[in-house]
Amino acid sequence: MNFDDTPQEAEFRATARKWVAANAPKEFEEELSKSSLGRIRLAKHDMVEVGKAWQKKKAEGGWACLHWPKEYGGRGATPIEKVIWQQEEGVYGKLTQPFQIGEGMCGPTVMAWGSEEHKRHYLPKLASGEQIWCQLFSEPAGGSDVAGLRTRAEKQGDNWIINGQKIWTSGAHYSDYGLLITRTDPNVPKHKGLTMFFLDMKSKGVEVRPIKQANGMQEFNEVYFTDVVIPDSQRLGAVGEGWNVSLTTLMNERMSIGARLATGVPEMFEFCSNLMLEDGLAIDDPAVRSKLATWAVKSNGLKYTSYRAISALSKGERPGPENSIGKLVSGTMLQDIAAYAMDLQGAAGVLTGDAEETVQGQFQQMLLSSPGMRIAGGTDEILRNIIAERVLGLPGDIRVDKDVPFNKIPTKGR
Amino acid sequence: MNFDFSDDQKQLRDQARKFLAEKCSPKAVRVVLDGKAPYDKELWKGLAEMGFLGVAIPEEFGGAGAGHLELCVIAEEMGRANAPVPFSSTVYLAAEALLIAGSDAQKKKWLPAIASGEAIGTLALFEGKGNPAPKNIKLVASGGTLNGVKKPVADGAIADFAVVAARTGSTGRENDISLFIVDLKAGGVEVKSLTNLDPTRGQAELTFKNTKAEPLGAAGEGWSILSQVLDRAAVLCAFEQVGGSDRALEMGRDYALDRIAFGRPIGSFQAVKHMLADMYVSATLARSNSYYGAWALSTNASELPEAAAAARISATQAFQHCAKNNIQVHGGMGFTWEFDCHMYYRRANAMALGLGSLSYWEDQLIDRMRKKNAA
Repeated sequence: MNFDDTPQEAEFRATARKWVAANAPKEFEEELSKSSLGRIRLAKHDMVEVGKAWQKKKAEGGWACLHWPKEYGGRGATPIEKVIWQQEEGVYGKLTQPFQIGEGMCGPTVMAWGSEEHKRHYLPKLASGEQIWCQLFSEPAGGSDVAGLRTRAEKQGDNWIINGQKIWTSGAHYSDYGLLITRTDPNVPKHKGLTMFFLDMKSKGVEVRPIKQANGMQEFNEVYFTDVVIPDSQRLGAVGEGWNVSLTTLMNERMSIGARLATGVPEMFEFCSNLMLEDGLAIDDPAVRSKLATWAVKSNGLKYTSYRAISALSKGERPGPENSIGKLVSGTMLQDIAAYAMDLQGAAGVLTGDAEETVQGQFQQMLLSSPGMRIAGGTDEILRNIIAERVLGLPGDIRVDKDVPFNKIPTKGR
Repeated sequence: MNFDFSDDQKQLRDQARKFLAEKCSPKAVRVVLDGKAPYDKELWKGLAEMGFLGVAIPEEFGGAGAGHLELCVIAEEMGRANAPVPFSSTVYLAAEALLIAGSDAQKKKWLPAIASGEAIGTLALFEGKGNPAPKNIKLVASGGTLNGVKKPVADGAIADFAVVAARTGSTGRENDISLFIVDLKAGGVEVKSLTNLDPTRGQAELTFKNTKAEPLGAAGEGWSILSQVLDRAAVLCAFEQVGGSDRALEMGRDYALDRIAFGRPIGSFQAVKHMLADMYVSATLARSNSYYGAWALSTNASELPEAAAAARISATQAFQHCAKNNIQVHGGMGFTWEFDCHMYYRRANAMALGLGSLSYWEDQLIDRMRKKNAA
């Protein structure tokens, strides 16, 4: 048992480190080091522009989507090399946020289901950040129940005509392409009538509207489709096979090993170490210590769980299912930590903005953003179902709509 | 990075699991639970023959000379099997105290006897309520004799010798405390069995009246030695707790798959599935924290105090959580004496107190993290 690199890994790390040191945009290092929660913002620069420049540089140096095959814009790196790269890229990895859905979800789906021509045409531009992709799955009537989606695609000659609405689409407003799942047959049970496409987001009839979230920010969009035309050549998988295609995408969503999720623990530890309560420092209070200790061991537990997965990759093995706990643990923890920090702040805890009493409102921001962490990318409840069914082998839910034609499924509770 | 046990160590784990499945069935555990024997002597003998008792004891003292990682994988299996033997008292506490502070003669006398299963050892630390702290040690040592009362002492009624924490000064500092070895079979100690939460592991009261004792380690070094022993034992116990957590989770999962209510397996209800998923989360966090503790223990890293406290907290919480909810998944059947659920519930809650309570270790962790941050 050790934390050391193998000689090959050490060599790879040294190469990566040297390249990052020589090429990273150091002027953003400090700003990037600070922001730990939610979307990254740069005070004086456009995040997408800076991100694109970094991604382009990486692509030129052979570091973009490095685990992809070379002919599609990658470097043919092993999974462990990708993890090492992420560690060495460090805070600059935050600049890749606009590309993560393309790299992690859309790209792998195109790679698995697209034609050779598609792959050679689209993937290198996706890898280099020249073109940004978004994922158009969730709908107002189909979030956790993705297969309940209602956006229609109807065949007309060699084209498909799309009508409907998607929601929670990160980055739709700056994306060039979208991966779109649609319903092509409402007369068959819901999983069987779906078909996957990709489309140019500048197509006529596509309208992107930002959503104002509960935390006051605008990070997601609604996307409306009105008679949008997609050529049949942009279909991924067979007609009616969309559900299987979407599984490729969703499996990749939860496979991001080595990506550390924010837990709020370092911020909370520092806050309690400095906060003076009536009887002394908060960190000397037994109740505070007990909560801090519980959060610290959860946060450590997540870190060492990811180390176990990295170790499996290092040996060329498939990591176990342990990594599926990450978001489930960290989302709730962020929310609990934020609420408790504010409790310790007392009356002043109600203040947002950069009041001194509330350390620039970081916990207030955490409180307002954390509900989203427990929903996006699989709600806590869906994640528990996944653990229960795929890891523990418990039966799937009894699905009352399983064998019912989609257009016979009730659409209202009462 | 190789943050995992080696293939040999995993093989040893499989070997221990197989051995315990055969020799330590729930039926065998129940013999001790029901008070028909103070511990499972046959199992103890078997553990010695397998080389498990001395796995981390150097060869020159009759052990296998393997190491702490090997002991961790065996500990996990001991916890999984809920073994009714004085393994933790003898191997994690008494043997580790001897390895850290024993003279050559003391090691020669006791360690081979531990490895061969002839000697059961324990640590006599607590004196009633309270957690490990120099001020809580009132038992006095002077002129080579001890006077005072220790309770609860795990496995005290079956132990052949005890490492005893005693007061040798009154300055109010840590160096008031010294350690002694007492041969419990030599007379001079009054031993009384106490009823306790987990009857598969005995607890006793030991009364020392002018009892002859031999110093273990230098005078005044007792607290420093004890702290090291407790950190090591925290990691090793964490592995037992991880094994117990996994077993409780499996029992709950298996029952949820078999039991039908409302016309379907209860494991198809989300209320039950989510409870089991949360148990898996706790058990996974505990395992990962314990692996880090194992790394720190096996390399004698400066991170050991922090890693041990984290492993202890995480594993204590996980075992309590899994054992408690295993009963809940079983419903009424889980609350019967006949089902095994309560054995894990008892063990989980007894183990949560054995080396100091959860709040004690939470305190320790915060102190140790602050120390690291300050450095």
